[in-house]
Amino acid sequence: MTREHYGQELNDLRSSVVAMASMVDKAVNNAVVALVQRDVAIAQQVVADDRAINEHRWRTEEQALLVIATQAPMAKDLRMIAAVIHIVTDLERMADHAAGIAKIALQTADQSPLKPLVDIPRMSEIARSMLHDAITAFIEDDEASARAIVSRDDMVDALYEQIYRELLTFMLADPTTIDQATHLLWVAHNLERIADRVTNICERVVFAATGQLEELAVSTY
Amino acid sequence: MSVTLDERAIKSGVNDAGAVVSLHDLRVFYGNFLAVTGVTFDVPKHQITALIGPSGCGKSTVLRCINRMNDLIPGARVEGQILYHGQDICSDQVDPVEVRRHIGMVFQKPNPFPKSIYENIAWGAKINGITGNMDELVERSLRQAALWDEVKDKLQESGLALSGGQQQRLCIARTLAINPDVILMDEPASALDPISTLKIEDLMRELERQYTIVVVTHNLQQAARVSDQTIFFSLDEHRHGVLVEAGRTRDMFTNPRDQRTEDYITGRFG
Repeated sequence: MTREHYGQELNDLRSSVVAMASMVDKAVNNAVVALVQRDVAIAQQVVADDRAINEHRWRTEEQALLVIATQAPMAKDLRMIAAVIHIVTDLERMADHAAGIAKIALQTADQSPLKPLVDIPRMSEIARSMLHDAITAFIEDDEASARAIVSRDDMVDALYEQIYRELLTFMLADPTTIDQATHLLWVAHNLERIADRVTNICERVVFAATGQLEELAVSTY
Repeated sequence: MSVTLDERAIKSGVNDAGAVVSLHDLRVFYGNFLAVTGVTFDVPKHQITALIGPSGCGKSTVLRCINRMNDLIPGARVEGQILYHGQDICSDQVDPVEVRRHIGMVFQKPNPFPKSIYENIAWGAKINGITGNMDELVERSLRQAALWDEVKDKLQESGLALSGGQQQRLCIARTLAINPDVILMDEPASALDPISTLKIEDLMRELERQYTIVVVTHNLQQAARVSDQTIFFSLDEHRHGVLVEAGRTRDMFTNPRDQRTEDYITGRFG
């Protein structure tokens, strides 16, 4: 087959995306673990690791631009590279949200929990599984799977809604809980945004596979 | 009995339906060998149509059919139709010289006449029956070919003394002087350096406002840069040239329909 070196460069780009997604998944998981377990060390590590994720994003983007400049990619190759540039941007923003959750974990570590955290870990679990499946769809160039993931964002939105109402109830009943409740609301908001970013990734997977740019889901928030 | 081209139809475009040239089920034989078959596409007015494909797939053969240049090849035979402003120019009754007055050609290797720059333009115009102010015609043609400023002070010097890129623009000016309707270009920049190539491409973009251009090119980036429509040819299992896909250039290079097109433009062979 001709253009073996070029083919390898395209594979390297895909691998870069997978590697970055793995870093982001770990960040999201550890941020919520740090919050639930009030673990300062884990939270600090998530904040520190965000820098490495940012640098990975820039390196991947440079890699993509280099392939464009030197190999003149066309058609599906060009669409895949364009998708990579957008996907690593979304992944970097997801990592920022994870770092935001970790910072809240640091701020609230010495406070007694307002309530057992059940829905927040559940939101995290769904968002992470969406991310895993979206990256798999990207690697396998699977339009149908990418489209199917988007409906799970509704579950994340529903949990966010539930958390909001529950925390509102706490705040109305006892204003001294406002500070803690607000922090938890921000955590839920960050997770909701993470799931939304995954739907963006799904849109780019569909684009890479079909050449069609379309909005797969409209965010409620 | 010979048939004259309908000048009124050519000028008014009344028979065009958007396409100046239409090829219908064109087949070209060299002797008994079927070189290219089943070629059907339209050439839209005031657009650049690029013909791309691997070597030997028939794209230059098809190009040469449009202005009857294949008549000059012994044993070449054309079947099917090529409509020029609604008139079939493949007919034996149509004078190929008359066709070539309306459909000019620029070749891969610049081929100025061994004459002065001035005579390169004026001589061809005169023998094609163009009269009037030759000085004006020469200046206008050279300006249209973006060459005037470089040669206006040396019009009596030989055209062969110009650089490769200048020679090619001189050949384009020569073609423009006889006021064609369509310009065919067979790899017009492949013998030129990168800067001259880009100047030719800029010129093509300027010229398409007034003319209709069909260009054969091996340079995929060039086809992507300059053309509005791209036609991809390849070889079938019998080694006959076939038209695989035709479409808007923006679509062909971002989302081609046929896997063979995708493989060719991404360079996947083997």
